[in-house]
Amino acid sequence: MEFVTHHPVLVVSLIKIAIALFVVMTALAYLTWFERKVVARIQSRWGPYWVGPHGLLQPLADGIKFLFKEDIVPPAADKLSYVLAPFLALALALTTLALIPIGPATISILGQPTQLVISHSNVALILLFAISSIGIYAVVLAGWSSNSKYPLMGGLRSSAQMISYEVSLTLSVVGVLLIAGSFDFYDIVGGQSGHWYHSIPKWHIFPQILGFICYLTAAIAETNRVPFDLPEAETELVAGFHTEYSSFKFAMFFMAEYANMITVSCLATLLFLGGWLSPFPETGAWRWQLYLPAAGLIIAGIGLIVGGLRGVQLSAKLVFPVLGIVCLGVGYLCTLPGVMPVIQGPFWFTAKVFFLLFFYVWARGTLPRFRYDQLMSFGWKFLLPLSLINLVVTSLVVVLRLR
Amino acid sequence: MSIAMLVFIACGVMAVVGAIALILAREPVHSALALVLVMISLAILYLLLGAAFIAAIQILVYAGAIMVLFVFVIMLLNAGEEVRTNVSRLAKWVGLPLGVFFLAEMTYSLFREYGNRVAATTGAAAPVPASTQDLSIKLFTEFVLPFELTSILILIAVLGALVLAKRES
Amino acid sequence: MVPISYYLILSAVLFGLGVVGFVFKRNIITIFMAIELMLNAVNLAFVAFSREFNQLDGLIFVFFVIVVAAAEAAVGLAIVMVIARNRKSLNVEDVNLMKF
Repeated sequence: MEFVTHHPVLVVSLIKIAIALFVVMTALAYLTWFERKVVARIQSRWGPYWVGPHGLLQPLADGIKFLFKEDIVPPAADKLSYVLAPFLALALALTTLALIPIGPATISILGQPTQLVISHSNVALILLFAISSIGIYAVVLAGWSSNSKYPLMGGLRSSAQMISYEVSLTLSVVGVLLIAGSFDFYDIVGGQSGHWYHSIPKWHIFPQILGFICYLTAAIAETNRVPFDLPEAETELVAGFHTEYSSFKFAMFFMAEYANMITVSCLATLLFLGGWLSPFPETGAWRWQLYLPAAGLIIAGIGLIVGGLRGVQLSAKLVFPVLGIVCLGVGYLCTLPGVMPVIQGPFWFTAKVFFLLFFYVWARGTLPRFRYDQLMSFGWKFLLPLSLINLVVTSLVVVLRLR
Repeated sequence: MSIAMLVFIACGVMAVVGAIALILAREPVHSALALVLVMISLAILYLLLGAAFIAAIQILVYAGAIMVLFVFVIMLLNAGEEVRTNVSRLAKWVGLPLGVFFLAEMTYSLFREYGNRVAATTGAAAPVPASTQDLSIKLFTEFVLPFELTSILILIAVLGALVLAKRES
Repeated sequence: MVPISYYLILSAVLFGLGVVGFVFKRNIITIFMAIELMLNAVNLAFVAFSREFNQLDGLIFVFFVIVVAAAEAAVGLAIVMVIARNRKSLNVEDVNLMKF
């Protein structure tokens, strides 16, 4: 206890890290469930259905399967790099989440006032890009250390793709930086508050629509998702940079990919979609929007109870009403005067991130893949000039407005 | 023992261990990884010295792009294990003690010059963490000529690398 | 806080190790990496001095050192690839056509 009183900041940071890790790992697991369900519905089938009510325990089953599979290490593999690569991938993917704020409020944990972010830095944006640029090592080391032709080619291709699209990614964000004038996420989101003509929110997506499109395309390529996932899919027929990995190390690559997806979506919301700001104006007539989180949770709770009782599966009939009652309870908590102002920011932030993740999964279910040479020429010959044009036009407009 | 001192000792040890691993490693890929470790620990030291932007640039450019280029070239050229050489006896018996002696002499003269004093942390003489805005104002007013020259230098380097690495067809 | 002399000693040690690596290694790419280690040690000294005298010029210099090291690495590795193609070996002792 003396440790708590002597180092309050450290203890509060540890508590925030524990909460964030728990939330992110659960979100990762259920993102895989969500993706399988949505892709299945796009393809006119059901998706996971039998493991738990509506397949909700499928991530748990997958996790147990990964843990108990035999861990094969190729005999001629380079031990250090082989073991380092998946750990590096997952560690970096989770570290970037320390820089992302979810709300403007200042809450107090253990009597210490603290912001809703694990690490508030005034160069947070560029630190985030720096940390994700080291993620390339995980891919190239995984491919090389397996000591086999197909992972090596897959690893080199995948990392070359990541490097190429990283340039366009950082350039498409510079337009936002010119408008906001700071690397700090709080300043960037603060610059997006307010509304034009009392109706359209001043989010950066409206002046920077080209930058947003470039960013989203480059981000999908950077995280190796469809339609840019050739290095891990075509060679999926034969190999891919994570071929020679089994059980838990493979699961770590898997988790790292989804964690990267979440990070990139969080970054897009903060930079372009107004972060934790609500799309409705903050004036007096719009005060009902403060009850939206509670209303949403109560409607979800009622929907779960009714759907569960009317459902076909026995497990659904038992589990969903309980979940519905929990939702109703949390919804009631959101109407308490202590909680209501604090929950507004995280609610809108989570809603926007969820929308972007749905877009990711939607793209996966709909689009075919690029061939590798098409992919590279698209990145260098189309996306990079587009980002540069965006940068030049934005800087011209900013300079002319300053006069 | 403040947290700053602990971080300095940890990162310093990591940097020196990485440098020794660079020298002693057999595979070039391991040397490259050791150098990345050195660069990351140096970036943490820059953060400790209040240069947050430079730390981010170090990781983004140096560790995230230059070293990736090194690793790519090592893998493309299939650089195998390094041949063990016989270090000359002169180097071992005279060089190493001389090196330690020079290090001790440098430590002594540095301590005599700067003493054990620590930069003031509060008050008027306290160093201000370098903000990106001040850095960029300086870069684009006082140092704009070197800035433009380095951009031309990078262009020349890109062209040179392209021309050099082309296969004779 | 940490006295500046500690940072300078660390920089000196890293620079010395870089010189040792440059002199004793045989692989061209590893020699190149020892050069990068020396540049990094010098960067640390610049940042430490910039903090000590509370001026930004040291940081600007570090910025330029990093950029020039990037250009140098690109051209140097292209040269290494040409050497590897011609001499079929990455050992620096095999580049001996002009040896007396």
